[in-house]
Amino acid sequence: MGKKKLKDRSLPYLMILPSVILLLGIFGYPILKVFMLSLQNYNYADYANKGFAGLENFRKIFTEDTVIKESLVFSLKWVVSEVGLQLVFGMILALILNARFKGRGAVRALALIPWAVSGVLTTMLWMLILNQSIGLVNQLLIRFGSMPGEVPAWLANTGLIFPSIVVIELWRGIPFFAITLLAAMQGIPSDVYEACDIDGAGKTARFRYITLPYLKETIVLTTLLRAIWEFNSTDMIFTLTNGGPVNMTTTLPIYMLKTAVVSGNYGYGSALGVIAFVILLVFAVLYMKASRFGGEDNE
Amino acid sequence: MNKRRKIIEKIFLIYLPLTVMMLFVLIPFVWALVTSFKTPEAITGTEISLLPHPAVFDNYIKVWKTNKFSTYFINSLLVCTAALIVIVLCSVLNGYALARFNFKGKKLFMLLLIGTQLMPVIILIIPLFVIFKQIGLINTRWSLIVFYIAMQIPFNSILMKGFVSGIPVSIEEAAWVDGAGRVKTMLLVVFPSLLPGIVATGAFAFVSCWNEFMISFSFITSQDLFTIPVALKYMIGEYTIDYGSLAAGSIIALIPPVCLFAYIQKYLISGLGAGAVKG
Repeated sequence: MGKKKLKDRSLPYLMILPSVILLLGIFGYPILKVFMLSLQNYNYADYANKGFAGLENFRKIFTEDTVIKESLVFSLKWVVSEVGLQLVFGMILALILNARFKGRGAVRALALIPWAVSGVLTTMLWMLILNQSIGLVNQLLIRFGSMPGEVPAWLANTGLIFPSIVVIELWRGIPFFAITLLAAMQGIPSDVYEACDIDGAGKTARFRYITLPYLKETIVLTTLLRAIWEFNSTDMIFTLTNGGPVNMTTTLPIYMLKTAVVSGNYGYGSALGVIAFVILLVFAVLYMKASRFGGEDNE
Repeated sequence: MNKRRKIIEKIFLIYLPLTVMMLFVLIPFVWALVTSFKTPEAITGTEISLLPHPAVFDNYIKVWKTNKFSTYFINSLLVCTAALIVIVLCSVLNGYALARFNFKGKKLFMLLLIGTQLMPVIILIIPLFVIFKQIGLINTRWSLIVFYIAMQIPFNSILMKGFVSGIPVSIEEAAWVDGAGRVKTMLLVVFPSLLPGIVATGAFAFVSCWNEFMISFSFITSQDLFTIPVALKYMIGEYTIDYGSLAAGSIIALIPPVCLFAYIQKYLISGLGAGAVKG
């Protein structure tokens, strides 16, 4: 009996061991390495002077670099507009999908498909819609009387690029919000609504006084989580605009990617990474707090 | 009177917004599908046709053979399948440990699982590139397989924890009483009941690996090893873009995730509700 107990005690550790080693190797050690690299001059264009540089990279970032400011401002604008709009439209979609109507099962499955589409494929699908010369939108505009030479360049015009990429990312982001909100809505006990019906409350009152309070926790968690992901997301913008026109759509991660992977300046890119890490840490701590991770019970 | 009001209300509150939403969601898919069957002249022409006429299969043949999507498809398939096997194995072990045991450091392990999911991949690319280069993994399929395993373990373990919790402990206890050990019980009793969860987890992991772009784009340099997302990216990097091939390539890339999504979908709503996190 005692032997079995001892075996039982070490068993969970044996089970998680491979994953712990892998996660520490692929996530833990590299994070330490980013901090080390950020203090180095490590640039393929200046390889002769490779070596320890102290806080030189950070000095440059805070005093000379203008792109970092632009990218931080754009990142903020991007995260706020995406998360805000995804929440509003995700809520509308979830409310509709939670109502009773014919063909609801099929509609649910179809409406949520963009969730499974990658950032790169989103770029491809929307290029075919918004491309200036062959895109569906401009073809329709020409059909309804616009001159072929005057149709807007949705993906190149400096005034149109922001709304364009916001709509594209919404296409992919709304389903996630809708799915999580729908799951939470299904957890609301139906007798609460029935009591509300007896009291003669209207649809707006039902939403305001029952649905919304029940969904509060889900809304807070999903919003924080989504903010982190939108901040981190790079695939769609990078493949669609490459951060342009004139750095207009360069988020901090895209700036990092272009500095390190495209231009080969690993030291400076790592310093940018450290800054991104610190910003995310704040969000991550907020998320952990909101999900009551430190509490008694995390089931 | 009241009935008529109800119908009108239903139209404006449900059917109308639903139609708009569905058009927004579906048009990009439909248009890519239509474009993929068009001739180059029909694509660049000003005449809009919602159905391709003549409908041709040339774009698919071209993208599969000339643009070497046959190679990229196999590359993606190899990398994703190899990663998938290890991901599912590790997730079952982690999920079981988390659902069935109380052990010291359990919270720390959960913190590791959730924390790694909040980390942007982009920060990891720089140090991992340097490390992988030192050990000769850069520009090999292994670099992708190893990273995808690590990337997918956290979410799928949490998902699996939910599936294990759903299996009543009593059936395991019955096996112990009969004298079976923990491991034997796991293999003979837990594993079969866990099968639907394993398939769902596998589908999730496959779709995520199939869609991954950044790491593949950064770590793979030879064209022979490209995965599908990277190949698509290079198609729009070219000077003149062949939109017909692009559309056909996109449809090919879409088929596996969309088919698997049909299966995942029913687990998605309950899975996300169970507290597993993943965008």
